[in-house]
Amino acid sequence: MGEVTKLIHKYLRHDKKFPHVWCPGCGIGIMLGALIRAIDRIGFDKDEVVLVSGIGCSGRLPVYVDFNTLHTTHGRALTFATGVKLAKPILKVIVIMGDGDAVAIGGNHFIHAARRNIDVTSIILNNSIYGMTGGQYSPTTPYGMRSSTTVYSNIEQAFKISELAVTAGAVFVGRGTVYHAKLLDNLIEKAILKPGFSVVEVIAHCHTQYGKQNRLGTAVEMMEWQRDHAVTVEKSATLKPEELRDQIVIGVLVDKELPVYQDEYEKIRERAKAAMGR
Amino acid sequence: MLLQGNEAVVEGALRAGCRFFAGYPITPATEISEILSIKLPQVDGTFIQMEDEIASIGAVVGASLAGVKSMTATSGPGFSLMQENLGFAIIAEVPCVIVNVMRGGPGTGLPTFPSQSDVMQARWGTHGDHPAIVLSASTVRECYDMTINAFNFSEKFRTPVVLLIDEVVAHMREKIVVSDGEGIEIFNRVKPTVPPEWYIPYEDTPSGIPAMANFGEGYRYHVTGLTHDIRGFPTSRPDEIGPFIDRLHRKISQHFSEIQMAEFFQTEDAEITIVAYGCVARSAKRAMLEAREKGIRVGLLKLVTIWPFVRSAVEKVLQISKILLVPEMNMGQVSREVKRVNRGMAKVFTLNKVDGTIITPEEILNRITEVS
Repeated sequence: MGEVTKLIHKYLRHDKKFPHVWCPGCGIGIMLGALIRAIDRIGFDKDEVVLVSGIGCSGRLPVYVDFNTLHTTHGRALTFATGVKLAKPILKVIVIMGDGDAVAIGGNHFIHAARRNIDVTSIILNNSIYGMTGGQYSPTTPYGMRSSTTVYSNIEQAFKISELAVTAGAVFVGRGTVYHAKLLDNLIEKAILKPGFSVVEVIAHCHTQYGKQNRLGTAVEMMEWQRDHAVTVEKSATLKPEELRDQIVIGVLVDKELPVYQDEYEKIRERAKAAMGR
Repeated sequence: MLLQGNEAVVEGALRAGCRFFAGYPITPATEISEILSIKLPQVDGTFIQMEDEIASIGAVVGASLAGVKSMTATSGPGFSLMQENLGFAIIAEVPCVIVNVMRGGPGTGLPTFPSQSDVMQARWGTHGDHPAIVLSASTVRECYDMTINAFNFSEKFRTPVVLLIDEVVAHMREKIVVSDGEGIEIFNRVKPTVPPEWYIPYEDTPSGIPAMANFGEGYRYHVTGLTHDIRGFPTSRPDEIGPFIDRLHRKISQHFSEIQMAEFFQTEDAEITIVAYGCVARSAKRAMLEAREKGIRVGLLKLVTIWPFVRSAVEKVLQISKILLVPEMNMGQVSREVKRVNRGMAKVFTLNKVDGTIITPEEILNRITEVS
């Protein structure tokens, strides 16, 4: 057994009946591997990590790993995570969402958690489709693409999740792909260590649904597309907008400081107690 | 203390040990949010105003999983938005309290007018087969006591508890005496005592209620809204699904006598018994006294627990009274339950009012004269 596999096994729940629900070739496993490597490098105790998810293929991730795990309702993972974090701030709260989860049904919670600067890390698997329900278009399905509910063509514009997170006020935003696994390890590690609301958008492929309906090839071919269309943040600064049209900008988009909600609330508690004493 | 019903809810919640509140402004429940935003930080608790009611109950469930007694407060439209996550709290067995200060509906309805129209929504609002504990209050003192009871029941039975109050009781001011020396019992969730590797988070027990570990206390387990096995893992096995849903109901049904609260006023010799709850019970009591002055033997059964429906109390008055009158500020939500229990033993009359005004003692008295 390779060192990497040994490490993954250290964090898997062996009392859970495998196999997992994901299709062979799915990118979620790579994202889970990156998450485990990041957590292991940081050195968190398993007891202090809370992994929260919503609904969809990504929502099934927490059940396989040996942390405090919470599989919530569709789109609402961040609201549960907010409660967990504020009730017990010593816990490290990491939220796993899909694209539909995070920016369709849960879009309102996403922008507000960012605006408040709640100290949780959001890892969003963006595969441009609702995979589990059979390949319907999501808010990140590109214009002109097919899905089982846009068989003629998608006429809506896609959200750019990372740019949305930046605008909503997230203090750390990074984007990677499942092809660039080492970058993903680093982005997730940085995001978890960042106090405040951090976001890692993980561009992934759904060859089973999105790939099949749009004739984009196998999982490997779709990952090669990620490789060929990725541009680092540094390089993207030198390119014109039209040159970036079909590209994925990867790397750290934002890393800034803002007051963290739970620290600010601690000050409110002190003021409230002082007011009570008067 | 001279308190408003909503203020008494706050005092009761703090007394019960509530240290987390998430809510969204809505009339006529807003005072609960406003006062808790001042008081919770004073006791090292947390108040947060969320982006909507869906988020509010989500945060409440999350906070409870982390081990903090949690509550939200809302009214009709907000209560509708909470239904999905309310079901999550039921299936994942997470204690929490939801106060619904009822207003007229449907839709945006009557934000500032009283109503009792959410009785059935509180029972069946969230999808799927599920038990429900729903309490009511007709006095400011009861707002205090029933908030404490709601927390106690939620912690004891590991389930969300809904407190239904109406706008009249919520905004009415009454003098209540609450001293620290009072023997109010506070129940805290039972935690596992076994080592983590032995802990089975959704194990069946004689009480039907498994011990609950809080996040971060060494018992790493899985919480999901999917139907799950005793370890908390999603299951599609009929031999696990059936017993689980059965236990969810059984843990409430085998404790009915503990949960069901009702009060009897002069029912011993009553020819007519009024069955009422919330602010209508106040009018009913007055009407009862006036009827007795006129020589009509009227009694009052005041329901405090609405769900599980207090069948035994209704059966008791059916032994005595030949006529039951159920006045309520809806189209007949509790009267339907009374009729179900009655099964032809007595005549059940209704008095329904849905115009945003309260049911007065005179109206009840007139109805008594009509039916007697």
